[in-house]
Amino acid sequence: MNQLQNFTKGFFRENPILVLVLGTCPTLATTTSALNGMGMGVATTFVLIGSNAVISLLSNVIPDKVRIPAFIVIIASFVTIVDLLMQAFVPGLYETLGIFIPLIVVNCIVLGRAEAFASKNSVLSSFFDGLGMGLGFTMALGIMGAFREIVGSGSIFGYKFIPGDGILVFILAPGAFWVLGYLIALINRLKRT
Amino acid sequence: MAKTESTFKNMVLSLTLIALGSSAGLGFVYEMTKEPIALSVLNKKLNAIREVVPEFDNNPNEEMYKMSTGEGDSLEIYPARKNGEIIGYAVNTYTNEGFGGYINLMAGFKPDGTIINISVLQQKETPGLGTKMSDPGFKDQFMEKNPAEFSLKVIKDGGPVDAITAATISSRAFCDAIGRAYNTLQKGGQK
Repeated sequence: MNQLQNFTKGFFRENPILVLVLGTCPTLATTTSALNGMGMGVATTFVLIGSNAVISLLSNVIPDKVRIPAFIVIIASFVTIVDLLMQAFVPGLYETLGIFIPLIVVNCIVLGRAEAFASKNSVLSSFFDGLGMGLGFTMALGIMGAFREIVGSGSIFGYKFIPGDGILVFILAPGAFWVLGYLIALINRLKRT
Repeated sequence: MAKTESTFKNMVLSLTLIALGSSAGLGFVYEMTKEPIALSVLNKKLNAIREVVPEFDNNPNEEMYKMSTGEGDSLEIYPARKNGEIIGYAVNTYTNEGFGGYINLMAGFKPDGTIINISVLQQKETPGLGTKMSDPGFKDQFMEKNPAEFSLKVIKDGGPVDAITAATISSRAFCDAIGRAYNTLQKGGQK
């Protein structure tokens, strides 16, 4: 498989949210606005790239029986780095995302890519896989966040263009399930043709 | 390079090395971000103080003192001075009665106890409902009111406060936090 394919498969064919349906917990919780969703996506992308690259670099050194604890330590380190950096340089976004930044550690996408891809492929392929998967995740979260923000609060990226309250349920948890459900349905329909 | 065997020695060795490498990296990033984090926390506090009291020329953060609430707890009080004279107090107050639990507010009072302004520092209320507590539509009804004659209760409880639609609990909690700040200040928190 060439590098371009490693990169692009994350957007559509193997999109982590819309096709693999991994990491739905942060997806449902952080997509209340386009900016929150994309912030979460970018943070996860950084962790994915870092952990994928390091894990594929070390995959021959790590004995099979302790690979999961080793992966978790590496992933947790990258998450803590993101956590500290966000706290220092984007405190506003850090506050809205709150608990979901440390929770990237247990995001299935990160460990899933480490186990299924990075531990079996070269460093370069793993880097592109992480980048593609991360950006695919960011894209899905951005679309969901934008949709929920437009319908739910009548604004986009914090800029209000529809006066009034919007349809509140889309900001709440049930709205998240609806949007995700219909988005997956749409992708499945598109894939069939 | 051949795959490392899963012997006991290899497993211990590889995990130890990975943990060592990780902690070294984390220590480095921690040192690097320590100052910006402290700075952004301080800035946030100063901005909140600036928002809730009139213009001051002292450093309220350095003159901060703690005052017991009488509930086994204490609140931070930041006096704001202009030309040495007290022009207001910013009180870092809280409540645990919110719909999502803890809410942290910065409330500004004139020396006579009149509310100047309120800034929401931290809350976990329902997005789109309870989070509206930081919108002017709700917050502004407290401005220029003195809790001595303006009872901090929502209309449903027989008070004058117009609660946020579908977020009465959050509105009640907001009143509770301001009441706590006011009572603490009245109890001799003024210097």
